[in-house]
Amino acid sequence: MSAARPAPTTTAWQWARLNLFGSIADSVLTVVAAVLFAWFVWNAFDWAILRADWFGETKEACKSGGACWAMITARWQQVVAGYYPEAHLWRVALAMVCLAIAVLPVIKRDMPAWAALLAPAGVIASIAVLGGANILPSVPTDYWGGIMLNVLVGLTGAIFALPIGILLAFGRRSDLPIIKGFSIGFIEIVRGVPLITLLFMSSVVLPLFLPTGMNLDKLMRALAVVTLFSSAYMAEAVRGGLAAVPKGQREASHSLGLGLLQTTGLVVLPQAIRISIPAIVNTFIGLFKDTSLLYVIAILEVTGVIRQALSDFAWLGLENEGYVFVAFVFWVACFSMSRWSASLEQQSGKTVKRVEEPA
Amino acid sequence: MARGGFMQRMGGVRGLAAQGALVLGLVLLAVWLNHNAGTNIAARGIATGYDFMGREAGFNIDQHLVDYEPTDTYTRVFLVGALNTILVAVMGIVTSTIIGLTAGVMRVSKNYLGRLLATTYVEIARNTPLPVQILVWYNLALLAPPPRTAWGADGLFFLTNRGVYLPQFNLNGLADFAIWGGIAAIVAGLFLSSHFRKQRTEHGTGASPNWGWAFAIGGFVLAYLLTGNPTGIDVPHKSGFGFTGGFTMSPALMALWAALSFYTGSFIAEIVRGGLQAVAKGQGEAARAVGLNDAQALRLVILPQAMRVIVPPLASQYLNLTKNSSLAVIIGYPDLVAVFAGTSLNQTGQAIETLALVMLFYLACSLSVSAFMNWYNARSAVWAVSR
Amino acid sequence: MSAKQPAAKKAPAKPQARPELGPPCVEIEGVHKWYGDTHILRGVDLSVRDNEKVVILGPSGSGKSTLVRCVNGLEPYQEGKIKVVGVDLGGGAKESAVAKRKTGMVFQQFNLFPHLTILENCTLAPMWVLKTPRKQAEEEAMALLDRVHIAEQARKYPAQLSGGQQQRAAIARSLAMNPEIMLFDEPTSALDPEMVGEVLEVMTEMANAGMTMMVISHEMSFAREVADRVIFMDEGEIVEIAPPSEFFSKPKHARSKEFLSRIL
Repeated sequence: MSAARPAPTTTAWQWARLNLFGSIADSVLTVVAAVLFAWFVWNAFDWAILRADWFGETKEACKSGGACWAMITARWQQVVAGYYPEAHLWRVALAMVCLAIAVLPVIKRDMPAWAALLAPAGVIASIAVLGGANILPSVPTDYWGGIMLNVLVGLTGAIFALPIGILLAFGRRSDLPIIKGFSIGFIEIVRGVPLITLLFMSSVVLPLFLPTGMNLDKLMRALAVVTLFSSAYMAEAVRGGLAAVPKGQREASHSLGLGLLQTTGLVVLPQAIRISIPAIVNTFIGLFKDTSLLYVIAILEVTGVIRQALSDFAWLGLENEGYVFVAFVFWVACFSMSRWSASLEQQSGKTVKRVEEPA
Repeated sequence: MARGGFMQRMGGVRGLAAQGALVLGLVLLAVWLNHNAGTNIAARGIATGYDFMGREAGFNIDQHLVDYEPTDTYTRVFLVGALNTILVAVMGIVTSTIIGLTAGVMRVSKNYLGRLLATTYVEIARNTPLPVQILVWYNLALLAPPPRTAWGADGLFFLTNRGVYLPQFNLNGLADFAIWGGIAAIVAGLFLSSHFRKQRTEHGTGASPNWGWAFAIGGFVLAYLLTGNPTGIDVPHKSGFGFTGGFTMSPALMALWAALSFYTGSFIAEIVRGGLQAVAKGQGEAARAVGLNDAQALRLVILPQAMRVIVPPLASQYLNLTKNSSLAVIIGYPDLVAVFAGTSLNQTGQAIETLALVMLFYLACSLSVSAFMNWYNARSAVWAVSR
Repeated sequence: MSAKQPAAKKAPAKPQARPELGPPCVEIEGVHKWYGDTHILRGVDLSVRDNEKVVILGPSGSGKSTLVRCVNGLEPYQEGKIKVVGVDLGGGAKESAVAKRKTGMVFQQFNLFPHLTILENCTLAPMWVLKTPRKQAEEEAMALLDRVHIAEQARKYPAQLSGGQQQRAAIARSLAMNPEIMLFDEPTSALDPEMVGEVLEVMTEMANAGMTMMVISHEMSFAREVADRVIFMDEGEIVEIAPPSEFFSKPKHARSKEFLSRIL
């Protein structure tokens, strides 16, 4: 009987033969792609990092021909927090901490059930801190802006959209015709129109439907609309998870004597949420990207801040730097979240297997 | 089929009570909102109703696929805007599908660089917001040379920062005949080519399908020549500081088209990749075992099965692209939202009516896509996906 | 294993004179294969002659499936040489493609193309690879489907057939390419017991008609009746090769004895 030998190592040349030059067409593609890729990456790196100017007060400080990031560093306060008063920027930091706490139950596994309440509590706390809530000096929402606002709107929208979405998902599966009809109607109408029309609606139409004299903040109105918009997509994400929970789960808990509400809350819903997490995170990524659209109704999130900076006479002609920066900010956030979601999917795959194997 | 909803098991009386409560709540809400709206509208002196649709619009629209004058009505404005939306949506759907298919297949190819390129493209396009991508492309479009130093060939096309100038077919008199004759020749040629190919496969011998192509091209050229070029096509010529003749694609349209194509293309690439990977591995092995090469295996065995998984989310993406075209307003392309929910809304002040009409348009598109998906799923339930 | 075999499933009566064994058509020399870090095939040497029927037995993980897939070109191997009808599979792409076409493969999971009818399954490769005209391809396919006794299912889709019918259709599909060597990777393992017999019957008829066959199977009756040689593999190498009469009654190696005691 022969013993096992360790595998022979593939040399770089063999790997290249197989993966890069498998056929003539392959080889041509490899060479062309390699040249293009290398040229592009080198030039981009050179422009953005090597020759870039990082600090300065006006465009004159950027003489080297590379990227002029000075526009962004000079205005970093606006980029981060919009027109929030400088003396109160510490509140922005505190609000971000509150939001981090709000996200905790999602990121950290094995938290007690009551931790789920941290999410809405954290969000409300951060809004209170930013606005003042009669305890701190009031800062009207018109002054809020920058990246802070994207994060705030994104997280607030998602955290409140999820419970609404869950209710809608249940409503859609219900046998009661009116509830089912209402859920389907709401979901299909909200998913069938572009977000920008809903934002226009929040900005122009909603004030008409509120009692005379009642003035809701423009940001709050936009937030409400964004939440309702996202809830329809969350509903679809959760619906998939609900359908994926095996029928046997309900049968088992029923035979154990658990009532309907208990079955749903303790057995079905946790499993459904766990299964839907990739879809839920995808919906959140979409929502976060959509916050970029708020500048169209004059809410100055980071895209709006950069657009304003670009129209400043001192910084003419820096569109490339501005848009690359905004794109980069979103890209970092969205890419990280999608990687995290992919790793969750892999993990949850393991969890499901563990549940189904015999003891 | 057991349902999971807790509402379902609530039994007769409780179920009726819940529904009754919902209906009551909705009705009360509607009454309250209506009352508020009534007072607010009266207080601000805004008109109501759809009479404004018959009024003169009084503003210009740069791009109109049908005739339009500022003296036309708001109804005409709606039509022009809707056509502009449909135009950019159709263009976007075609190119995004091509880009997405290519990138999706490259994502699973054997070539490492191909995979790397495709992955880089998908991960960048998917994770940056579409408004930002549109702004980037618009910026690029404006980098084209000004009309004086335009890039292109006189009589053919020009690329400038004011737009792309292309030949435009003018259907008049003989040219009409030429165009239709040419199209007929192409269609006949396609049929001939396919007929010859069938004959070849069935009987082993016969005319080469290439004769069909020759007929198509020859017929088209003949029809074209018979009527002479100048009457048939309006071509762009340089004239003074600008251009005369031809059809203009504005930088806004080009930018919107490019942004929508690359953005949606990245999602389509992921859908195609998922579809290809969903086909059981054994299918590829069986195809190779029976002698098909890689390209044949992909085309004859894997892709047809992958389509079942690909088409429903693909239709969804097409719908998303159509809705995303509403972002045209940020770069001034006159789509439906821009001319109707934008300019018209501002001029008439009738926000509720204009927004409602615009939303109805998109809802109609969305419901058509849903209907199509239901039809497609029913039709392809004939054969089950392999084990 | 023996508990699984119902009585009604015996292979048909002994055949008349079998065709003479010809020159070697599959030559495996010193083949080593690694999958990642696992050493799956550890120096396999085997020569299969024309018209010979060879049955490969062994516990799971012994590498028998991998070996057969290497012969078909589905798996690469790192060391050694495999020659099919005299052509080195590791040589030029064109020649090895021709050689690979001379082998047909029947899978455990059938792998019929679900979006095509049974007839289309059998005509696809002849039309696209051999450029056979459609009419001729269909005639030949119908003859093959008749041979495996499912001619009446020709216009149906695979999902509408039973497991046994599907596997027979898969056999017909491989035969449509006129292979010289047929490889079987546990062809009946995925079938319900009452359908195993009809597939084994078709395989036995094929054997009697003179096809060179390499079969991985747990069906001992088939090995006893049809095989010229039985090959026992364990842990990546061939432990024993013997005619079935010898192997089943007087195995030479301890491992063979242990394996047989577990399954018989």
